[in-house]
Amino acid sequence: MPTPDTTLWEVFIRSRNGLAHKHVGSLHAADATMALQAARDVYTRRGEGLSVWVVPSNAITASDPADKGMMFEPAESKIYRHPTFYDVPDDVGHM
Amino acid sequence: MYTQALNITDKIRTAEDPADLARFQSRIDADDRIEPNDWMPAAYRRTLTRQISQHAHSEIVGQLPEGAWLTRAPSLRRKAALLAKVQDECGHGLYLYAAAETLGTSREALVDALLEGKAKYSSIFNYPTLTWADIGAVGWLVDGAAIMNQIPLCRCSYGPYARAMIRVCKEESFHQRQGYEIMLTLCAGTLEQKAMAQDALDRWWWPCLMMFGPPDGESQHSDQSTLWKIKRFSNDELRQKFVDATIPQAQKLGLTIPDPALVQDADGHWRYGAIDWEEFRQILAGNGPCNRERLATRRRSHEDGAWVREAAAAFAAKRAARQQAA
Ligand SMILES: [Fe+2]
Ligand SMILES: [Fe+2]
Repeated sequence: MPTPDTTLWEVFIRSRNGLAHKHVGSLHAADATMALQAARDVYTRRGEGLSVWVVPSNAITASDPADKGMMFEPAESKIYRHPTFYDVPDDVGHM
Repeated sequence: MYTQALNITDKIRTAEDPADLARFQSRIDADDRIEPNDWMPAAYRRTLTRQISQHAHSEIVGQLPEGAWLTRAPSLRRKAALLAKVQDECGHGLYLYAAAETLGTSREALVDALLEGKAKYSSIFNYPTLTWADIGAVGWLVDGAAIMNQIPLCRCSYGPYARAMIRVCKEESFHQRQGYEIMLTLCAGTLEQKAMAQDALDRWWWPCLMMFGPPDGESQHSDQSTLWKIKRFSNDELRQKFVDATIPQAQKLGLTIPDPALVQDADGHWRYGAIDWEEFRQILAGNGPCNRERLATRRRSHEDGAWVREAAAAFAAKRAARQQAA
Protein backbone atom coordinates (compact mmCIF):
# COMPACT_ATOMS: atom_id res chain seq x y z
CA MET A 1 0.00 0.00 0.00
CA PRO A 2 1.48 3.38 -0.93
CA THR A 3 2.36 5.64 1.98
CA PRO A 4 0.27 8.82 2.28
CA ASP A 5 2.20 12.05 1.73
CA THR A 6 3.48 13.78 4.85
CA THR A 7 4.23 17.54 4.88
CA LEU A 8 7.75 18.63 3.89
CA TRP A 9 9.50 21.18 6.14
CA GLU A 10 12.67 23.20 5.63
CA VAL A 11 14.99 23.29 8.64
CA PHE A 12 17.07 26.32 9.71
CA ILE A 13 19.55 26.25 12.58
CA ARG A 14 21.31 29.00 14.52
CA SER A 15 24.65 27.48 15.45
CA ARG A 16 25.70 30.24 17.86
CA ASN A 17 24.12 33.33 19.28
CA GLY A 18 25.11 36.22 17.08
CA LEU A 19 24.78 34.16 13.88
CA ALA A 20 21.76 33.96 11.60
CA HIS A 21 19.67 30.82 11.21
CA LYS A 22 21.02 28.86 8.26
CA HIS A 23 19.23 26.37 6.03
CA VAL A 24 20.49 22.86 6.78
CA GLY A 25 18.06 20.58 4.97
CA SER A 26 14.51 19.32 5.04
CA LEU A 27 12.37 16.62 6.61
CA HIS A 28 8.83 15.25 6.68
CA ALA A 29 6.50 15.59 9.67
CA ALA A 30 2.75 15.70 10.23
CA ASP A 31 2.81 18.96 12.20
CA ALA A 32 5.12 21.70 13.48
CA THR A 33 5.72 20.11 16.89
CA MET A 34 6.82 16.84 15.34
CA ALA A 35 8.88 18.70 12.74
CA LEU A 36 10.81 20.49 15.50
CA GLN A 37 11.47 17.22 17.35
CA ALA A 38 12.58 15.49 14.16
CA ALA A 39 14.84 18.45 13.26
CA ARG A 40 16.48 18.15 16.69
CA ASP A 41 17.14 14.43 16.10
CA VAL A 42 18.20 14.64 12.45
CA TYR A 43 20.22 17.86 12.35
CA THR A 44 21.61 18.52 15.85
CA ARG A 45 23.14 15.29 17.16
CA ARG A 46 26.48 16.97 17.86
CA GLY A 47 25.61 20.31 19.35
CA GLU A 48 25.19 21.97 15.94
CA GLY A 49 22.60 24.42 17.19
CA LEU A 50 21.03 26.60 19.85
CA SER A 51 17.84 27.35 17.99
CA VAL A 52 15.81 25.64 15.26
CA TRP A 53 13.21 27.00 12.84
CA VAL A 54 10.99 24.75 10.78
CA VAL A 55 9.00 26.19 7.87
CA PRO A 56 6.55 24.31 5.64
CA SER A 57 8.33 24.07 2.28
CA ASN A 58 5.26 25.20 0.40
CA ALA A 59 5.21 28.46 2.40
CA ILE A 60 8.45 29.57 0.75
CA THR A 61 8.24 31.71 -2.39
CA ALA A 62 11.41 31.34 -4.41
CA SER A 63 12.76 33.29 -7.36
CA ASP A 64 12.93 31.41 -10.63
CA PRO A 65 16.51 30.64 -11.78
CA ALA A 66 15.34 31.51 -15.31
CA ASP A 67 14.75 35.10 -14.09
CA LYS A 68 18.29 35.36 -12.76
CA GLY A 69 19.26 37.98 -15.33
CA MET A 70 16.23 40.18 -14.75
CA MET A 71 16.59 39.86 -10.98
CA PHE A 72 20.29 40.32 -10.42
CA GLU A 73 21.91 41.86 -13.48
CA PRO A 74 20.85 45.43 -12.64
CA ALA A 75 23.14 45.30 -9.59
CA GLU A 76 26.16 44.24 -11.63
CA SER A 77 26.56 47.53 -13.51
CA LYS A 78 26.34 49.67 -10.38
CA ILE A 79 29.94 49.59 -9.35
CA TYR A 80 29.51 52.98 -7.62
CA ARG A 81 27.72 51.04 -4.83
CA HIS A 82 31.10 49.69 -3.75
CA PRO A 83 33.62 51.64 -1.65
CA THR A 84 36.49 50.88 -4.05
CA PHE A 85 34.77 53.04 -6.70
CA TYR A 86 35.83 56.21 -4.87
CA ASP A 87 39.31 57.72 -4.94
CA VAL A 88 40.56 58.87 -1.57
CA PRO A 89 44.26 59.76 -1.15
CA ASP A 90 46.30 57.26 0.85
CA ASP A 91 47.41 59.86 3.38
CA VAL A 92 43.81 60.30 4.52
CA GLY A 93 44.27 56.95 6.26
CA HIS A 94 41.79 54.10 6.64
CA MET A 95 38.25 55.03 5.62
CA MET B 1 29.68 1.39 -3.56
CA TYR B 2 26.62 2.55 -1.64
CA THR B 3 25.46 3.50 -5.09
CA GLN B 4 27.06 0.63 -6.94
CA ALA B 5 24.34 -0.38 -9.35
CA LEU B 6 23.17 3.13 -9.60
CA ASN B 7 25.88 4.91 -11.39
CA ILE B 8 24.33 3.48 -14.52
CA THR B 9 23.42 6.35 -16.76
CA ASP B 10 20.07 6.32 -18.43
CA LYS B 11 20.25 5.45 -22.10
CA ILE B 12 16.82 6.82 -22.94
CA ARG B 13 17.07 10.32 -24.34
CA THR B 14 14.11 12.62 -24.66
CA ALA B 15 14.27 15.42 -27.18
CA GLU B 16 16.16 18.25 -25.53
CA ASP B 17 17.29 21.52 -27.01
CA PRO B 18 20.99 21.16 -27.96
CA ALA B 19 21.53 24.77 -26.84
CA ASP B 20 20.18 23.92 -23.36
CA LEU B 21 22.38 20.83 -23.20
CA ALA B 22 25.46 22.81 -24.23
CA ARG B 23 24.74 25.53 -21.67
CA PHE B 24 24.26 22.88 -18.99
CA GLN B 25 27.52 21.13 -19.85
CA SER B 26 29.45 24.39 -19.88
CA ARG B 27 28.16 25.15 -16.36
CA ILE B 28 29.37 21.71 -15.25
CA ASP B 29 32.73 22.23 -16.97
CA ALA B 30 33.12 25.56 -15.14
CA ASP B 31 32.57 23.70 -11.82
CA ASP B 32 29.30 25.52 -11.26
CA ARG B 33 26.88 23.65 -9.00
CA ILE B 34 23.45 22.63 -10.25
CA GLU B 35 20.59 23.51 -7.90
CA PRO B 36 17.09 21.98 -7.74
CA ASN B 37 15.18 24.52 -9.85
CA ASP B 38 17.85 24.85 -12.53
CA TRP B 39 17.29 23.36 -15.97
CA MET B 40 18.91 19.93 -16.24
CA PRO B 41 18.79 17.08 -18.78
CA ALA B 42 16.16 14.47 -17.92
CA ALA B 43 18.85 11.78 -17.85
CA TYR B 44 20.90 13.77 -15.31
CA ARG B 45 17.81 14.01 -13.11
CA ARG B 46 17.02 10.29 -13.44
CA THR B 47 20.63 9.22 -12.87
CA LEU B 48 20.90 11.30 -9.72
CA THR B 49 17.47 10.34 -8.39
CA ARG B 50 18.47 6.71 -8.69
CA GLN B 51 21.97 7.18 -7.29
CA ILE B 52 20.98 9.35 -4.30
CA SER B 53 17.98 7.22 -3.38
CA GLN B 54 20.05 4.03 -3.62
CA HIS B 55 22.59 5.68 -1.37
CA ALA B 56 19.78 6.57 1.08
CA HIS B 57 18.41 3.01 1.03
CA SER B 58 21.92 1.72 1.78
CA GLU B 59 22.19 3.91 4.87
CA ILE B 60 18.79 2.76 6.11
CA VAL B 61 19.29 -0.96 5.44
CA GLY B 62 22.85 -0.53 6.73
CA GLN B 63 21.46 -0.01 10.23
CA LEU B 64 20.35 -3.64 10.39
CA PRO B 65 23.63 -5.63 10.55
CA GLU B 66 24.94 -3.42 13.37
CA GLY B 67 21.56 -2.97 15.04
CA ALA B 68 21.60 -6.73 15.62
CA TRP B 69 24.43 -6.24 18.17
CA LEU B 70 23.03 -3.28 20.11
CA THR B 71 21.64 -5.45 22.88
CA ARG B 72 24.77 -7.64 22.99
CA ALA B 73 27.53 -5.02 23.05
CA PRO B 74 30.19 -6.07 25.58
CA SER B 75 30.18 -2.85 27.62
CA LEU B 76 28.15 0.29 28.15
CA ARG B 77 30.84 2.31 26.33
CA ARG B 78 30.61 0.09 23.26
CA LYS B 79 26.83 0.09 23.39
CA ALA B 80 26.59 3.89 23.57
CA ALA B 81 29.04 4.23 20.65
CA LEU B 82 27.23 1.65 18.51
CA LEU B 83 23.85 3.20 19.24
CA ALA B 84 25.21 6.63 18.22
CA LYS B 85 26.65 5.14 15.02
CA VAL B 86 23.41 3.41 14.06
CA GLN B 87 21.50 6.66 14.73
CA ASP B 88 23.95 8.47 12.45
CA GLU B 89 23.29 5.98 9.66
CA CYS B 90 19.58 6.68 9.99
CA GLY B 91 20.37 10.40 9.82
CA HIS B 92 22.48 9.83 6.69
CA GLY B 93 19.53 8.07 5.08
CA LEU B 94 17.29 11.02 5.90
CA TYR B 95 19.69 13.69 4.57
CA LEU B 96 19.98 11.69 1.37
CA TYR B 97 16.26 11.09 0.90
CA ALA B 98 15.77 14.85 1.32
CA ALA B 99 18.43 15.51 -1.35
CA ALA B 100 16.81 13.00 -3.73
CA GLU B 101 13.40 14.58 -3.26
CA THR B 102 14.67 17.93 -4.53
CA LEU B 103 14.82 16.24 -7.95
CA GLY B 104 11.06 15.82 -7.93
CA THR B 105 10.28 12.31 -6.65
CA SER B 106 8.39 12.09 -3.36
CA ARG B 107 9.83 10.46 -0.23
CA GLU B 108 6.92 8.05 -0.22
CA ALA B 109 7.63 6.90 -3.78
CA LEU B 110 11.32 6.40 -2.96
CA VAL B 111 10.58 4.37 0.19
CA ASP B 112 7.91 2.34 -1.56
CA ALA B 113 10.39 1.44 -4.32
CA LEU B 114 12.73 -0.03 -1.70
CA LEU B 115 9.96 -1.91 0.09
CA GLU B 116 8.62 -3.32 -3.18
CA GLY B 117 12.10 -4.61 -4.01
CA LYS B 118 12.37 -2.36 -7.09
CA ALA B 119 15.26 -0.26 -5.75
CA LYS B 120 18.73 -1.49 -4.92
CA TYR B 121 20.95 -0.88 -1.92
CA SER B 122 24.62 -1.71 -1.32
CA SER B 123 25.51 -5.41 -1.64
CA ILE B 124 27.54 -5.26 1.58
CA PHE B 125 24.49 -5.14 3.85
CA ASN B 126 23.35 -8.56 2.70
CA TYR B 127 26.07 -10.25 4.75
CA PRO B 128 25.41 -11.30 8.36
CA THR B 129 27.22 -9.99 11.45
CA LEU B 130 28.02 -13.29 13.15
CA THR B 131 30.27 -12.21 16.05
CA TRP B 132 31.12 -9.06 17.99
CA ALA B 133 34.31 -8.78 15.93
CA ASP B 134 32.10 -8.18 12.88
CA ILE B 135 31.04 -4.88 14.45
CA GLY B 136 34.71 -3.91 14.56
CA ALA B 137 35.27 -5.06 10.98
CA VAL B 138 32.18 -3.27 9.68
CA GLY B 139 33.18 0.06 11.25
CA TRP B 140 36.77 -0.27 10.13
CA LEU B 141 36.26 -1.68 6.62
CA VAL B 142 32.70 -0.95 5.49
CA ASP B 143 32.70 2.61 6.79
CA GLY B 144 36.30 2.97 5.60
CA ALA B 145 35.24 1.99 2.08
CA ALA B 146 32.21 4.27 2.30
CA ILE B 147 34.44 7.22 3.23
CA MET B 148 36.67 6.59 0.18
CA ASN B 149 33.59 6.80 -2.00
CA GLN B 150 31.87 9.66 -0.24
CA ILE B 151 34.73 12.17 0.00
CA PRO B 152 34.80 12.84 -3.77
CA LEU B 153 30.98 13.06 -3.75
CA CYS B 154 31.32 16.18 -1.56
CA ARG B 155 32.32 17.88 -4.86
CA CYS B 156 29.49 16.35 -6.91
CA SER B 157 27.95 18.78 -9.42
CA TYR B 158 24.49 18.52 -7.82
CA GLY B 159 24.40 20.95 -4.88
CA PRO B 160 21.99 19.17 -2.51
CA TYR B 161 23.85 15.84 -2.90
CA ALA B 162 27.24 17.48 -2.32
CA ARG B 163 25.94 19.28 0.78
CA ALA B 164 24.44 16.07 2.21
CA MET B 165 27.77 14.31 1.62
CA ILE B 166 29.67 16.99 3.53
CA ARG B 167 27.48 16.40 6.58
CA VAL B 168 27.82 12.63 6.17
CA CYS B 169 31.61 12.71 5.83
CA LYS B 170 31.98 14.79 8.99
CA GLU B 171 30.18 12.02 10.90
CA GLU B 172 31.78 9.00 9.26
CA SER B 173 35.26 9.30 10.71
CA PHE B 174 33.98 8.45 14.19
CA HIS B 175 32.37 5.34 12.69
CA GLN B 176 35.61 4.05 11.28
CA ARG B 177 37.64 4.89 14.38
CA GLN B 178 35.24 3.15 16.77
CA GLY B 179 35.38 0.05 14.55
CA TYR B 180 39.15 0.06 14.41
CA GLU B 181 39.31 0.52 18.18
CA ILE B 182 37.18 -2.62 18.61
CA MET B 183 39.63 -4.51 16.36
CA LEU B 184 42.63 -3.16 18.29
CA THR B 185 41.13 -4.28 21.58
CA LEU B 186 40.35 -7.78 20.27
CA CYS B 187 43.81 -8.12 18.74
CA ALA B 188 45.43 -7.20 22.07
CA GLY B 189 43.22 -9.69 23.89
CA THR B 190 43.22 -13.47 24.28
CA LEU B 191 44.10 -15.83 21.43
CA GLU B 192 40.40 -16.53 20.97
CA GLN B 193 39.64 -12.82 20.68
CA LYS B 194 42.36 -12.29 18.12
CA ALA B 195 41.14 -15.31 16.16
CA MET B 196 37.68 -13.78 16.20
CA ALA B 197 39.08 -10.55 14.74
CA GLN B 198 40.93 -12.51 12.03
CA ASP B 199 37.79 -14.46 11.19
CA ALA B 200 35.82 -11.22 10.80
CA LEU B 201 38.50 -9.79 8.48
CA ASP B 202 38.49 -13.03 6.47
CA ARG B 203 34.75 -12.79 5.87
CA TRP B 204 34.47 -9.00 5.27
CA TRP B 205 37.57 -8.31 3.14
CA TRP B 206 36.36 -9.47 -0.25
CA PRO B 207 32.78 -8.18 0.09
CA CYS B 208 34.29 -4.77 0.99
CA LEU B 209 36.34 -4.75 -2.22
CA MET B 210 33.12 -5.51 -4.12
CA MET B 211 31.48 -2.42 -2.60
CA PHE B 212 33.27 -0.27 -5.19
CA GLY B 213 31.34 -1.96 -7.99
CA PRO B 214 32.41 -3.85 -11.13
CA PRO B 215 35.90 -3.36 -12.61
CA ASP B 216 36.30 -0.39 -14.94
CA GLY B 217 36.60 -2.57 -18.05
CA GLU B 218 33.17 -4.11 -17.40
CA SER B 219 31.15 -1.20 -16.17
CA GLN B 220 29.03 0.13 -18.99
CA HIS B 221 28.28 3.29 -16.99
CA SER B 222 30.32 6.08 -15.47
CA ASP B 223 31.44 7.81 -18.69
CA GLN B 224 28.43 10.09 -18.65
CA SER B 225 28.55 10.35 -14.84
CA THR B 226 32.16 11.48 -15.10
CA LEU B 227 31.28 14.04 -17.75
CA TRP B 228 28.54 15.38 -15.48
CA LYS B 229 30.97 15.45 -12.52
CA ILE B 230 28.80 13.14 -10.46
CA LYS B 231 31.59 10.61 -10.38
CA ARG B 232 35.16 11.86 -9.95
CA PHE B 233 37.08 8.57 -9.70
CA SER B 234 36.52 5.19 -11.34
CA ASN B 235 35.55 2.08 -9.37
CA ASP B 236 39.04 0.61 -9.68
CA GLU B 237 40.74 3.86 -8.66
CA LEU B 238 38.68 4.04 -5.48
CA ARG B 239 39.20 0.33 -4.76
CA GLN B 240 42.96 0.78 -5.10
CA LYS B 241 42.95 3.78 -2.73
CA PHE B 242 41.03 1.68 -0.20
CA VAL B 243 43.41 -1.29 -0.46
CA ASP B 244 46.48 0.94 -0.13
CA ALA B 245 45.04 2.71 2.92
CA THR B 246 43.80 -0.44 4.65
CA ILE B 247 46.75 -2.82 4.42
CA PRO B 248 49.03 -0.87 6.81
CA GLN B 249 46.10 -0.70 9.24
CA ALA B 250 45.73 -4.50 9.11
CA GLN B 251 49.47 -4.89 9.65
CA LYS B 252 49.25 -2.69 12.71
CA LEU B 253 46.59 -5.03 14.07
CA GLY B 254 48.78 -8.05 13.34
CA LEU B 255 46.07 -9.51 11.09
CA THR B 256 46.49 -11.22 7.73
CA ILE B 257 44.56 -10.02 4.66
CA PRO B 258 42.92 -13.17 3.21
CA ASP B 259 44.56 -12.77 -0.20
CA PRO B 260 47.65 -14.88 -0.96
CA ALA B 261 48.19 -12.94 -4.21
CA LEU B 262 48.69 -9.62 -2.42
CA VAL B 263 52.01 -7.94 -3.33
CA GLN B 264 53.35 -4.43 -3.07
CA ASP B 265 54.56 -2.83 -6.29
CA ALA B 266 57.74 -0.80 -6.56
CA ASP B 267 55.49 2.29 -6.71
CA GLY B 268 54.02 1.41 -3.30
CA HIS B 269 50.59 0.27 -4.52
CA TRP B 270 49.27 -3.09 -3.38
CA ARG B 271 48.21 -5.51 -6.12
CA TYR B 272 45.36 -7.73 -5.01
CA GLY B 273 44.07 -11.09 -6.28
CA ALA B 274 40.99 -11.81 -8.39
CA ILE B 275 37.63 -10.76 -6.99
CA ASP B 276 34.77 -13.29 -7.20
CA TRP B 277 32.37 -11.22 -9.30
CA GLU B 278 29.91 -14.07 -9.52
CA GLU B 279 29.28 -13.71 -5.78
CA PHE B 280 28.66 -9.98 -6.33
CA ARG B 281 26.21 -10.65 -9.17
CA GLN B 282 24.33 -13.19 -7.04
CA ILE B 283 23.93 -10.68 -4.23
CA LEU B 284 22.71 -7.95 -6.57
CA ALA B 285 20.25 -10.48 -7.98
CA GLY B 286 18.82 -10.97 -4.49
CA ASN B 287 20.54 -14.24 -3.61
CA GLY B 288 22.91 -13.13 -0.87
CA PRO B 289 22.86 -14.64 2.63
CA CYS B 290 20.58 -11.90 4.06
CA ASN B 291 18.76 -10.24 1.12
CA ARG B 292 15.36 -11.68 1.99
CA GLU B 293 15.73 -11.02 5.69
CA ARG B 294 16.81 -7.40 5.21
CA LEU B 295 13.85 -6.55 3.01
CA ALA B 296 11.43 -8.44 5.25
CA THR B 297 12.72 -6.50 8.26
CA ARG B 298 12.31 -3.14 6.50
CA ARG B 299 8.78 -4.06 5.43
CA ARG B 300 7.79 -5.19 8.90
CA SER B 301 9.19 -2.03 10.43
CA HIS B 302 7.29 0.11 7.90
CA GLU B 303 4.03 -1.75 8.55
CA ASP B 304 4.50 -1.64 12.33
CA GLY B 305 4.94 2.12 12.10
CA ALA B 306 1.81 2.68 9.99
CA TRP B 307 -0.41 3.42 13.00
CA VAL B 308 2.01 6.12 14.17
CA ARG B 309 1.93 7.87 10.80
CA GLU B 310 -1.87 7.60 10.71
CA ALA B 311 -2.27 8.90 14.25
CA ALA B 312 0.07 11.84 13.61
CA ALA B 313 -1.80 12.75 10.41
CA ALA B 314 -5.20 12.47 12.18
CA PHE B 315 -4.00 14.64 15.07
CA ALA B 316 -2.60 17.29 12.71
CA ALA B 317 -5.86 17.32 10.73
CA LYS B 318 -7.96 17.64 13.91
CA ARG B 319 -5.88 20.54 15.18
CA ALA B 320 -5.97 22.30 11.82
CA ALA B 321 -9.77 21.94 11.75
CA ARG B 322 -10.08 23.36 15.29
CA GLN B 323 -7.91 26.30 14.41
CA GLN B 324 -10.07 27.04 11.41
CA ALA B 325 -13.27 26.85 13.49
CA ALA B 326 -11.87 29.19 16.17
FE1 LIG C 1 26.58 6.41 6.72
FE1 LIG D 1 28.90 5.12 8.76
